[in-house]
Amino acid sequence: MPKPAENPAVKKPVGAQPENPAQLILDGEVADNQWNLLPLTGEEQITADKLAAGKIILPASVWLALREALQERKQEIGVWLDSDETADFIGEYARELPLVAVHFPAFTDGRGFTAARLLRERYGFKGELRAVGNFIRDQLTYLTRCGFNAFAFQGAQPLTKLIDSLQDFSDSYQATVDQPKPIFRRRALAS
Amino acid sequence: MYRYDEQDHKLIRERVAQFRGQTERYLAGELSEEEFLPLRLQNGLYVQRLAPMLRIAVPYGLMNSTQVRRLAHITRKYDKGYAHFTTRQNVQLNWPNLEDVPDILAELAEVEMHAVQTSGNCIRNTTTDQFAGVAGDELVDPRPYCELIRQWSTFHPEFAFLPRKFKIAVCGTEEDRAAIRAHDIGVQIVKNDQGETGFQVFVGGGLGRTPILGVAIRDFLPETHLLSYLEAIVRVYNQLGRRDNKFKARIKILVKAMGPEEFARRVEAEWEQIKDGADELTVEAIEWAKRFFPEQPYKTFKAGHGEAVLRDQAGDDKAFARWLERNTFPHRVEGYQAVTLSTKPTGIPPGDVTDRQLEAIADLADEFSFGEVRVTHEQNVVLADVEQEKLFALWQAARKHGFATPNIGTLTDMICCPGGDYCSLANAKSIPVAEAIQRKFDDLDYLYDLGDLDLNISGCMNACGHHHIGHIGILGVDKKGEEFYQVQLGGSANQDASLGKVLGPSFSRDEMPATIGKILDVFVENRQPEEFFIDTYNRIGLQPFKERVYAKAS
Ligand code: HEM
Ligand code: SF4
Repeated sequence: MPKPAENPAVKKPVGAQPENPAQLILDGEVADNQWNLLPLTGEEQITADKLAAGKIILPASVWLALREALQERKQEIGVWLDSDETADFIGEYARELPLVAVHFPAFTDGRGFTAARLLRERYGFKGELRAVGNFIRDQLTYLTRCGFNAFAFQGAQPLTKLIDSLQDFSDSYQATVDQPKPIFRRRALAS
Repeated sequence: MYRYDEQDHKLIRERVAQFRGQTERYLAGELSEEEFLPLRLQNGLYVQRLAPMLRIAVPYGLMNSTQVRRLAHITRKYDKGYAHFTTRQNVQLNWPNLEDVPDILAELAEVEMHAVQTSGNCIRNTTTDQFAGVAGDELVDPRPYCELIRQWSTFHPEFAFLPRKFKIAVCGTEEDRAAIRAHDIGVQIVKNDQGETGFQVFVGGGLGRTPILGVAIRDFLPETHLLSYLEAIVRVYNQLGRRDNKFKARIKILVKAMGPEEFARRVEAEWEQIKDGADELTVEAIEWAKRFFPEQPYKTFKAGHGEAVLRDQAGDDKAFARWLERNTFPHRVEGYQAVTLSTKPTGIPPGDVTDRQLEAIADLADEFSFGEVRVTHEQNVVLADVEQEKLFALWQAARKHGFATPNIGTLTDMICCPGGDYCSLANAKSIPVAEAIQRKFDDLDYLYDLGDLDLNISGCMNACGHHHIGHIGILGVDKKGEEFYQVQLGGSANQDASLGKVLGPSFSRDEMPATIGKILDVFVENRQPEEFFIDTYNRIGLQPFKERVYAKAS
């Protein structure tokens, strides 16, 4: 298993940064967003003692640099991965985290689907797995199958309507995070 | 063939409902053009020069007569009464209305068909040999594996938004009739010394503007590991494939940039983590899939009896003899033969069939071939299980419906993309060039004398017509706003796959038939007995062709 990078350089912001909407879909319901996601600004001089109070979601590269210093506040520190940061970037450290967010700069950028599955299936991440950025409602079932349970849609969105799309598909052919047996195993058993 | 159970039906119905909702949201202005685009592509819907096009999946080319009849009905009700067979063994409609597409998909779902993932940056329909299950040279029938791959890849939640489209082909014979090295993943069925079934796995093939042949990254993969290994490959690609430039986004570019060894190392490392996990096939699952492709209820025939009948009939009728020679293929079972119905009579766009012809195909399949048909990647239709004694009757019926042009495998059995007549990306039209060549070379004796010859035409470097792997490849190019054609020689799609070499400066459309004529002359003058075009080319090289074609008139 690849080890997380030790003290990687803090990443430069590339493209649009994820927003942090006031509400989101969490475990199938509309909920208030309890977390404050900090985008990359390009002038990261962040030190542990200068961080805002409360629940915050840090860029992964910033968090890796501050991880030791933040041990005390562990329960209120989440991390977000950009789309070019694979799950290996935080690797088994994921287990320590209450929340990981994965950024979709564009909904057609499908790297976050793999990141989510690896966090859940390989790195044993049990906390809130949150999609942030430009994904769309039509992806909700796939996102869920890959392990996401929170969806922070950007812009003004009718969240109560979007929830319906969680039910687009009632089954899947593959083994996924929410269905550990692929269809061929279930069928072969039944026949 | 595979039949849906309640779970398949439910999933496909849910997909149709989902797409109906998306189409409604789009038409109501709630879904932007940009967001609707990938969604409709993943449901087979393109928008082209003249109208939307709908690409319907035919899993590994196999259909039953009920499905073919439904297609006929759909072309009549929603389109202009014809359909097009594609080089990826699918079916395409050229003129549906966007508003009607959800209804079309619902009609398809009733007969266990769909248009899922026939386009877009996802795993596409898996293709294979059109003679799967009947070929004498087959090691193992590839269709059960294709079906398992179909299920694994359909609605795969992790791989619906890849950097680029992704195609898998499977081949169960030594002679590669599925062009597997021209695919993102090519799966070659092999047996090891212990007689166990497994796969040789190629990655990184593809045509388009950077044609590359796939390289083997594993020589023997035991069969139960098939899906986990595919998953490892696609996962590495999904994470590392380029997304900044769509022309560099195919897996072939990643494999090349990284080097096949490094790519293979990463795949193996990923696979180590997931093999023996939930995606691992089980022996029971493979047996389950195989049950859908049982031995057909063949009759028992006396050895040699069918051949004797055919010899008599062919002796009396030269036209039948020609058809028998070109359009039929040996069958592993005594007394049977496979038949290719040609969709390429002169003057019809290659691969086009009318609604009436589709119905005729369905009828012929019911009468002669256990009700099943296969689409070939050369855009023809195969009836795989015909009794030799009935070939004469089938031939007569096929003639009546315009399917008996005895040109399979010859120069006029061309692969041709839709080109400038339909496609907005085209540099040049391709169908009129195909037609002009068919008209010039309509003498069957001459065509037979030339023997096996693949001529492939694409209207631009996207290479939908596979021009790189034609023995003769023609590519439409744009020269200061005018349509020109570049000629390539020496490509091949078979087990000794190779990419064609450019002959020289391009030609105008009018010059094309004569240019092909000169190339054929050089071949005829230089060929040794029993040589096909590609053999002679491989022996004498490009130069003699070049000299003749570009010789100054003296
Ligand atoms: C009419 C409109 C069509 C358009 C606009 C179109 C567009 C394209 C494009 C852009 C590519 C290249 C993608 C890439 O590799 O980067 C491509 C590839 C391909 N197309 Fe089409 N296509 C059309 C119709 C067809 C049809 C009718 C067929 C089947 C006869 C077809 C078969 C293929 C195949 C087999 C490839 C793959 C070549 C490869 O392996 O790279 N296309 N098409
Ligand atoms: S090869 Fe070019 S012209 Fe032909 S169909 Fe493909 S994109 Fe269109």
